[in-house]
Amino acid sequence: MRAAVIQFGGSNCDRDVAYVVSEVCGADCDLIWYKDGITREYDAIILPGGFSYGDYLRAGAIAARTPIMADVIRAAEKGTLVLGICNGAQIAAESGLVPGVFTINAYPKFICEPACLRVENTTSPFTRLYNEGEVISIPIAHKEGRYIIPDPDLQRLEAEKRVAFRFCDRNGNVSDAANPNGSTGNITGLLSEKENVLVMMPHPERASEEILGSTDGKKIFDSMIAYTEES
Amino acid sequence: MKFDLIITISLKEGMLNPEAGAIQRAIAHLGYTTDQVKTSDQFRITLDAEDKEKAEDIGRDICERLLANPVIHRYDIEVL
Repeated sequence: MRAAVIQFGGSNCDRDVAYVVSEVCGADCDLIWYKDGITREYDAIILPGGFSYGDYLRAGAIAARTPIMADVIRAAEKGTLVLGICNGAQIAAESGLVPGVFTINAYPKFICEPACLRVENTTSPFTRLYNEGEVISIPIAHKEGRYIIPDPDLQRLEAEKRVAFRFCDRNGNVSDAANPNGSTGNITGLLSEKENVLVMMPHPERASEEILGSTDGKKIFDSMIAYTEES
Repeated sequence: MKFDLIITISLKEGMLNPEAGAIQRAIAHLGYTTDQVKTSDQFRITLDAEDKEKAEDIGRDICERLLANPVIHRYDIEVL
């Protein structure tokens, strides 16, 4: 797999995710400054976490209107995998790659803690190495991570099984108590219609090595690599 | 002609506004009881347009494509 990590002004997880993709998972990975555009084919494009443009206007809103995002949208339409993590998820939602929006947490403070997630979809290129209903631990670090999606779109998302991850407790129970930011339906990871775009608020690159306390996030990158090698 | 657009972006009715909730609680600490607190963002944009109607059209386009997220926001435009 050859992946590209897009660096916007204010991205700060770009090198972390590139390290995990290349050094931990053994794939090829380029870092691309947003002004340089995407000039070759990639199997996967990763929009990393951070605070692009200082979260001005809305988190991800400014980055979503940069010309490189037109390249990302074109690539996604052709089937390239696109993974948006945290600020990358906000950028992807603002770009219309997935429905809904990530906005300020129900209790409006920055949350930085491990989160239990229940894996809801195991068919996508990002989640195929998980078991359905598996409970995984991946850290969250955000203030604007409450996922909102209006009703007709929510029903469609659920019907098409495009929810990838929900906040849950250690036993996999999805409840208000296990919902750290007030997201609709505890949703914190979702897929595009064709399942080639995954956006998620938790940081899988921070849960990809034993030394960091969890390797539950590594399966996302390994899934992407396995999918790319098969196709 | 130069026009000033006063654009106000606010949450749609019924949307949870944690910032307004925190402000309302802070007002209570001042000793006042309030029925409701709402917040909004205001932008003043100066631009060239043929006439007032065109200026408002541009403002609407800017709102729909950048300043507001239609999932959660409504916007108002006043042309000066």
